[in-house]
Amino acid sequence: MAYSEKVVDHYNNPRNVGSFAKDTPGIGTGLVGAPECGDVMKLQIKVNLETGLIEDAKFKTFGCGSAIASSSLATEWLKGKTVDEAAKIKNTDIVNELKLPPVKIHCSVLAEDAIKAALTDYREKWASARAAADSK
Amino acid sequence: MALKFPIFLDAQSTTPVDPRVVDAMLPYFTEKFGHPASRNHPFGWEAEAAVDEARAQLARLIGARDAKELVFTSGGTESINLAIKGVAEMYREKGNHIVTTVIEQRAGLDVCKRLERQGFEVAYIPVQPDGLVDVETVRKAVTDKTILISVMFANNEIGTIQDIAAIGKLAKEKGIIFHTDATQALGKIPVDVEAMGIDLLSCTSHLIYGPKGVGALYVRRKAPRVRIAPLIDGGGHERGMRSGTLPVPLIVGFGRAAEICGEVMAEERRRLAGLRDHLQDVILSNVDEAFLNGHPERRLPHNLNISFAYVEGESVLMGLNKETALSSGSACTSSTLEPSYVIAALGASAELAHSSIRFSLHRFNTAEEIDYVGQRTLEVVKRLREMSPLYELAKEGVDIKSIQWKAE
Repeated sequence: MAYSEKVVDHYNNPRNVGSFAKDTPGIGTGLVGAPECGDVMKLQIKVNLETGLIEDAKFKTFGCGSAIASSSLATEWLKGKTVDEAAKIKNTDIVNELKLPPVKIHCSVLAEDAIKAALTDYREKWASARAAADSK
Repeated sequence: MALKFPIFLDAQSTTPVDPRVVDAMLPYFTEKFGHPASRNHPFGWEAEAAVDEARAQLARLIGARDAKELVFTSGGTESINLAIKGVAEMYREKGNHIVTTVIEQRAGLDVCKRLERQGFEVAYIPVQPDGLVDVETVRKAVTDKTILISVMFANNEIGTIQDIAAIGKLAKEKGIIFHTDATQALGKIPVDVEAMGIDLLSCTSHLIYGPKGVGALYVRRKAPRVRIAPLIDGGGHERGMRSGTLPVPLIVGFGRAAEICGEVMAEERRRLAGLRDHLQDVILSNVDEAFLNGHPERRLPHNLNISFAYVEGESVLMGLNKETALSSGSACTSSTLEPSYVIAALGASAELAHSSIRFSLHRFNTAEEIDYVGQRTLEVVKRLREMSPLYELAKEGVDIKSIQWKAE
């Protein structure tokens, strides 16, 4: 199977690889997939609790090149968005951007799941802190 | 000498044709184009003589008593189909039970699945963690309805070499026909149908530096005389077992390839095993949690299969594929989206099946190439582990199996 140029670029130069300490204020962590399925993604967002914007995002992925590219792209797209805007990122956007073939669509689905899981984790941990900051 | 890219280390999928084989084939495309079944003119005689010579060359490589015991086919898949279906149809009255293993190549497994739909019963025997079939397990699987035991000679993924002589002996004791798929073993290690008690043997040309599109099935004629029903009816070529005009240039190439393998095997085995062992040492001594798949000794000399925990196989291939051709047991590299059933059969976790990489060497690989691939593999695995959440968890001391993963 030949890879699209964008997949190759993200694989060779992955954006935002790394980890944040999970308990730092504003950090939301999503860990999705399963090792026995051959794909695990960890995606983290760092929300500025003053402004509500996603300042930074990081990922680590166990998976094929398309899974790595999907999560790398997701971290790029997350930066600068509000949490509500981030929730609108769809797997089909990732498919179109990376030109993923049908057998690799599950990689984009997993990336969307990872975004959703990170957002949920953020809301559970920090939404009240954020609301407090907003009402000031 | 400067390295030439890409480096081919996928020689258990196919091999380049040896230039000496090409030289032998060329006249049979143009001036010597006769049909070997044309009995009445020199074109036919010349073609028939060439086919006979190739048959004799192949017979010598497998220790067959009589070259007539070899039937040319289109390749390994057809030979396996012809052997198993041919026996099933011919001996149906005698029994409907077949014994085979879970690690046969797809052709063997799929033929058995089809026969099951037609009323046959098949015992798929497991293998031990090193990939070896326990002969006693074969013995226990045999019933009074068993008409065929089919066990591959050496595995295409992990290279494990079975105790074929012991299984052949068991088959003889029980009076059951014994087929072996020797596509990966032929020309690489000694194969002797007489000494090993093999009744049917499938092989192919393109894995022994011959052309694609031709293979053979050895069918024992004496002690016992094995009969098989043909898959293809027609002009009655190949003693009625495989009709169709023989592809003379391909057969000539196959014969020459077999002859060369016989001549160079002892030296080539040593050389390739030396390169392979070096590659294995470089990888296993520099990468933590890298595991050798298959039997460490009873293994094809040109095979190396390693699982790199915490990194997915296709992503490793992607990091190397501009410069090195390899293969992986990862689901992402298979058409079925399932990870390698061979690695899974060893009892390894599915994660390790996804993480397996096969390095398979060939006649034209150099020590420089192997050094290069070894170093690049280390680099790629290191880089991928740095971006692996599983490696991070493992380093933090988290047991990955303790996490409740949500499988899709």
